[in-house]
Amino acid sequence: MHPENLSEVLRKHPFISDLEDEYLQTLLSCASNVTYSDGDYLFREGEEATKFFLIRTGKVALELHASERGTIRIETIGPGEVLGWSWLISPFRWHFDAIAVEDIRAFALDGKCLRTKCESNHDFGYEMYKRFSKILEHRIKITRLQLLDVYGLKRVERA
Amino acid sequence: MIPEAAVMNANLIDPMVPIPVRIQKLVWETDNVYTLYLKPNGEFKSGFKFSPGQFNMLYAFGKGESAISISSNPYKANTIIHTIHRVGNVTTALSQLKKGDYIGLRGPFGSSWPLDEAIGKDVCIIAGGIGLPPLRPVIYSMLRNRKDYGKLYILYGARSPLDLLFRVELEEWGKLFDVEVLVTVDHGDTSWKGYIGVVSELLNYINLDMNNTTAMICGPEIMMKFTIEDLLEKGFPENNVYLSLERNMKCAVGFCGHCQLGPKFICKDGPVFNFPEIRHFFEKKEI
Amino acid sequence: MKFVERDTLDPIFDILKNDGYKIIGPTIRDNAIIYDEITSTKDLPEGWTDDQDAATYHLERRNDKALFGFASSPQSWKKFLFPPRLKLMQFSRDGKGFSVEKSDGVHQKYAFIGVRSCDLEAISIQDKVFKDGQYVDPYYKEFRKNIFILAVNCTKAGGTCFCDSMNTGPKAKRGYDLALTEVLEDNKHYFTIESGSEAGNTILEKIKNRDASENEIKKADELIDSAAKDMGRHLDTTGIKELLYDNLEHPQWDDVAKRCLTCTNCTLVCPTCFCSTVEDVTDLTGDNAERWRRWDSCFTLDYSKVAGGNFRSSSRARYRQWMTHKLATWIDQFGTSGCVGCGRCITWCPVGIDITAEVQAIRNNPIKIQTK
Repeated sequence: MHPENLSEVLRKHPFISDLEDEYLQTLLSCASNVTYSDGDYLFREGEEATKFFLIRTGKVALELHASERGTIRIETIGPGEVLGWSWLISPFRWHFDAIAVEDIRAFALDGKCLRTKCESNHDFGYEMYKRFSKILEHRIKITRLQLLDVYGLKRVERA
Repeated sequence: MIPEAAVMNANLIDPMVPIPVRIQKLVWETDNVYTLYLKPNGEFKSGFKFSPGQFNMLYAFGKGESAISISSNPYKANTIIHTIHRVGNVTTALSQLKKGDYIGLRGPFGSSWPLDEAIGKDVCIIAGGIGLPPLRPVIYSMLRNRKDYGKLYILYGARSPLDLLFRVELEEWGKLFDVEVLVTVDHGDTSWKGYIGVVSELLNYINLDMNNTTAMICGPEIMMKFTIEDLLEKGFPENNVYLSLERNMKCAVGFCGHCQLGPKFICKDGPVFNFPEIRHFFEKKEI
Repeated sequence: MKFVERDTLDPIFDILKNDGYKIIGPTIRDNAIIYDEITSTKDLPEGWTDDQDAATYHLERRNDKALFGFASSPQSWKKFLFPPRLKLMQFSRDGKGFSVEKSDGVHQKYAFIGVRSCDLEAISIQDKVFKDGQYVDPYYKEFRKNIFILAVNCTKAGGTCFCDSMNTGPKAKRGYDLALTEVLEDNKHYFTIESGSEAGNTILEKIKNRDASENEIKKADELIDSAAKDMGRHLDTTGIKELLYDNLEHPQWDDVAKRCLTCTNCTLVCPTCFCSTVEDVTDLTGDNAERWRRWDSCFTLDYSKVAGGNFRSSSRARYRQWMTHKLATWIDQFGTSGCVGCGRCITWCPVGIDITAEVQAIRNNPIKIQTK
């Protein structure tokens, strides 16, 4: 795909729709188009976190393995959302498995490449951290809501 | 909302006396939620009329009453349907009954969903857990009068795939080309390929026409609180937000005082409210 | 305005009794002046008055023979119009179904003697709750139809009274059949009396009376005015709804919470409190059930039970609920305040919490309102 076209399409993703052009170019230099099929793993727990994804279509489920309970899916990341923040925060390892539950089209951003750019250009690094801390804050908020188990089984009172 | 309910109530024989109605069947939806199908008889012989959003007081002989939203199709007045969460003495007693048994019924009571106000607009229904049954009559009404409304979004969240209510109907509705159904759970196993996360996250995947949509929300209060916060943050006008509240009701007619939220009696000023009406007292700690 | 001698009261009682009324009036029992069935003026607390203050009530002798020389009683007339326990209906099993039999209303006629203006207003407030809304309580409506009210204008304010602040007295303005003002002057003991209804007119026609003289009317008015000026408490009602709506998190609630025992006395003695609960009970066979209504109180833990717990568990929240309902949300619900300034809640609170002082504490130091 021509770099200009990729730039237009990338610009449309909610994560970076208001990013300054200069920084968009930086991201572009580390970006590529990727696709996955239903059932593919995008990454696995423990692996080095070398990239993050801007999902365009389809959804990805995060999985945890709890031995007696088997595999639990705890969250899905869908179109317009960002998958993966471990590339930015040491020890740069994935904490979950990520599996495509539909066919996926996404942008993959090279984390190692971007980390180097953050180190050399702190303004760019600050932009990245601002955006990712917002994502993390949101994830914490909704995770806490899930923890509350609002639909949970209620105690049945006896006479 | 209120005028409709008042017309309904004027037709009541005596709002304080339960009428015996027969159970046609009792179906378990999940391990603690069941649905009662009731035959209207006695004073309701010619059909049970109600507005979507209203509730009945269901009486288990000798045990007491419970306020339960009506979940039937308003255009099929020959069956009264209630989907009930088994959580206390009365709802447990009702759950132990069988086809042919009788329970007492008083109703319908309360205000209803703004079907008139929503004419010409898109409608976004957001339901959590046991909050879907009170909204189902809205969906039936809208589908029956489809051309009166714009797009219909149904966003539904439950604890797990096993706790999803009305799964077959949700799938049927989702197949309609002008209806979008998104379902999420708090957690799932590998057989679940739908969304996982809190129901308000589903708003990220649809493109609401903010100024021409009516939102109708029902579920646990904290879920409604966070969902409304998210909607308002996205720029949704609060005047177009409606929600259904619940309190422990004893009389259902505004005398016993138990169901008050600030100045509102949830049994007669609600249970359906326009959000600005109750904003000041909603989800305030211990109000 | 008419004039009647003190001794005309008994003939009035006789006429009412002949008409089938049970006479209910103030009488002394257990060291308090309560409302119960009486037969003649001999049962009235002649020559007695009450000394009331926060958490304080006792009777004292007067130096005259006034029949109504006291303020409020620990009970109010809601004891009769809205009984503490009432059977609503009964159910009997019938095959797989059941039948319902609604209770017949009570058809007894009551004549209330000595109703103070604050209590008159309280009755009219309960009328709004039970009779004038979207739904009508048939039991209340039935009781209410059969009441004859003989009101008494207060000539002495009680230690905890503040009807003046609430605009509910001391002069009875409406809702009575007959209204009296008791005057004791030199050796004279009389009443100025006026009728407020057809029923009142009928009684007046049957008893010995004449037009009251200007002096007599003036004397009566002076006595009522002196009561108005001598109120034991004051409550500033300016903007009170907004004040309480805006101060739901005021530290004063924590202060009250340290004192309040949630004993529910205030709701029991308050003439406007109307909360109730419904109880379904069966006999041992399980084939017969009854539904009873009984008084309830927002101060009990049970009151705020919902599936999964209790949402108003702290005493702070419960006191706040009671006070903001009484003085603020009631206005949005029924168009008037829920408080008539009778002062009973102050007198009968075992720790002497004073609703007028609580409002003042918030008023003195309101929370700054943050604009959203």
